[in-house]
Amino acid sequence: MSAVISAQNVRKRFGDHEVLRGISLDLAEHEVVCLIGASGSGKSTLLRCLNLLETIDEGDIVFRGQSLTDARIDPNLVRRHISIVFQAFNLFPHLSVLDNVMLGPVRALGRSRDEVKVEAMELLERIGLAPRALEFPDRLSGGQQQRVAIVRSLAMKPDVLLLDEVTSALDPTLVGEVLDLLTDLARGGTTMLIATHEMNFARNVADRVVFLHNGEIVESGTPSQIFDQPREAATAAFLSRVN
Amino acid sequence: MGRRAAVASSLSSAIIVGLIIWFFWRAPNGANVRHFFLDPHSFWINLTGDPSRSLYSILRCFETNVWMFMLCEALVLIFGLGLAWLRLSRTPILAPLRVASAIYTDVFRGIPIILVLFAVGYGVPGMQAGWISQRTPITYACATLVITYSAYVAEVYRAGMNSVPNGQVMAARSLGLSDVQTMRRVILPQAVRNVVPPLLNDFISLQKDTALVGTLGIVEANQAAHVFGAMEFNYTGYTVAALLFLALTIPMTRYTDHLIAKDRRRRLAGGTV
Repeated sequence: MSAVISAQNVRKRFGDHEVLRGISLDLAEHEVVCLIGASGSGKSTLLRCLNLLETIDEGDIVFRGQSLTDARIDPNLVRRHISIVFQAFNLFPHLSVLDNVMLGPVRALGRSRDEVKVEAMELLERIGLAPRALEFPDRLSGGQQQRVAIVRSLAMKPDVLLLDEVTSALDPTLVGEVLDLLTDLARGGTTMLIATHEMNFARNVADRVVFLHNGEIVESGTPSQIFDQPREAATAAFLSRVN
Repeated sequence: MGRRAAVASSLSSAIIVGLIIWFFWRAPNGANVRHFFLDPHSFWINLTGDPSRSLYSILRCFETNVWMFMLCEALVLIFGLGLAWLRLSRTPILAPLRVASAIYTDVFRGIPIILVLFAVGYGVPGMQAGWISQRTPITYACATLVITYSAYVAEVYRAGMNSVPNGQVMAARSLGLSDVQTMRRVILPQAVRNVVPPLLNDFISLQKDTALVGTLGIVEANQAAHVFGAMEFNYTGYTVAALLFLALTIPMTRYTDHLIAKDRRRRLAGGTV
């Protein structure tokens, strides 16, 4: 399997603090990889580096054989293929739910409104929010908002979907509906890199689990390897703390 | 209880208004001042004008104030936005313009508008620099208002843009929107919504400051009142001008307050997720 996107020995510093210390990670087509690790281990930073919201200090990011650190690369073009969903939803409060979903395809891709609208309504139908398409985001619950945010990214038909702790800001009762959507997407073959604290979810959905500790990949493997027989002491210590 | 409160507040309002009127009525030279500022006959002449005595109609002159501020407001909205945008741009090539925009807003917010009016209204024609020195006084007056108020409005816009959370920019960028699209589709609509009340406040000031341009010899409402005062030795014209300005600014002020209250209600209602 060739990688859709790969990080190659990526290093990132904020001032004196080195957040990513030589990360190498490949993501294959249709693969679902869960990133686990304590807060501050570098999960979010890695995701942001992958779609060029952060610049990297060393190493390379390669998307379908093309280096993204090349100065001639337009980050806006890259981001149409590598979409990210944030912990804080970041829906556009001045736009209706439908317009939130349509903004990217219509403005960034320049597609026709009519065509995009049909697709956007299908996506909203899928998450059961089609009847609320014309409402504003602040009328929705947190779980509904996050599902709209995921669908907004999907509307761009990205090659890779990056998810940055998308359930961490949610009321516990609302986490389930968002994880169900992600499980659904995983079954449908969406290529995803998911930073998460939901270990049961990671166990059920991930093809591969990657444990990040102090900006380094300590261990990576199938969910049963990582969760049942961790080889590294740091992994075992982390898992015993979250379970 | 509600009715008693209403009676009490009406009564206290009536007493206070009565006291103020009584004070002015009983002032030792009150009658004289009333004659100078509130003479009914002069009031009427000021309103309608009297061509046979070369007296202006302040109502007609006030039209000049109205179209000036309407034109200037439109231009100020555009230039102010341009200035704010330049100041917040991150493009390295625009760095000199970013600095220029910062200096511009500092300078023109710091100079009294009447001095800018003199500099533009007398300085520019005095340069004898061809076309630009041969404009009418009213053009220089409008230029002055636009130059000064653009600096204020740019700061209002800038505050609005800064009030949009960074996550909004990140979300827009991650959908592949360009810088310009992010500004146009995501930042600006939210920024403007946040700053409508302060923008309207600046517009109320702009409306009032159209009364300064008479200094350049333009006959607007204030200048017409001045002419009447000089010819008839009566200042009722200023009262007429003041009432006309109030007729314009009070609805605007009320509307601004209404928007502020509405915005507060919306924020409170939207406070829970």
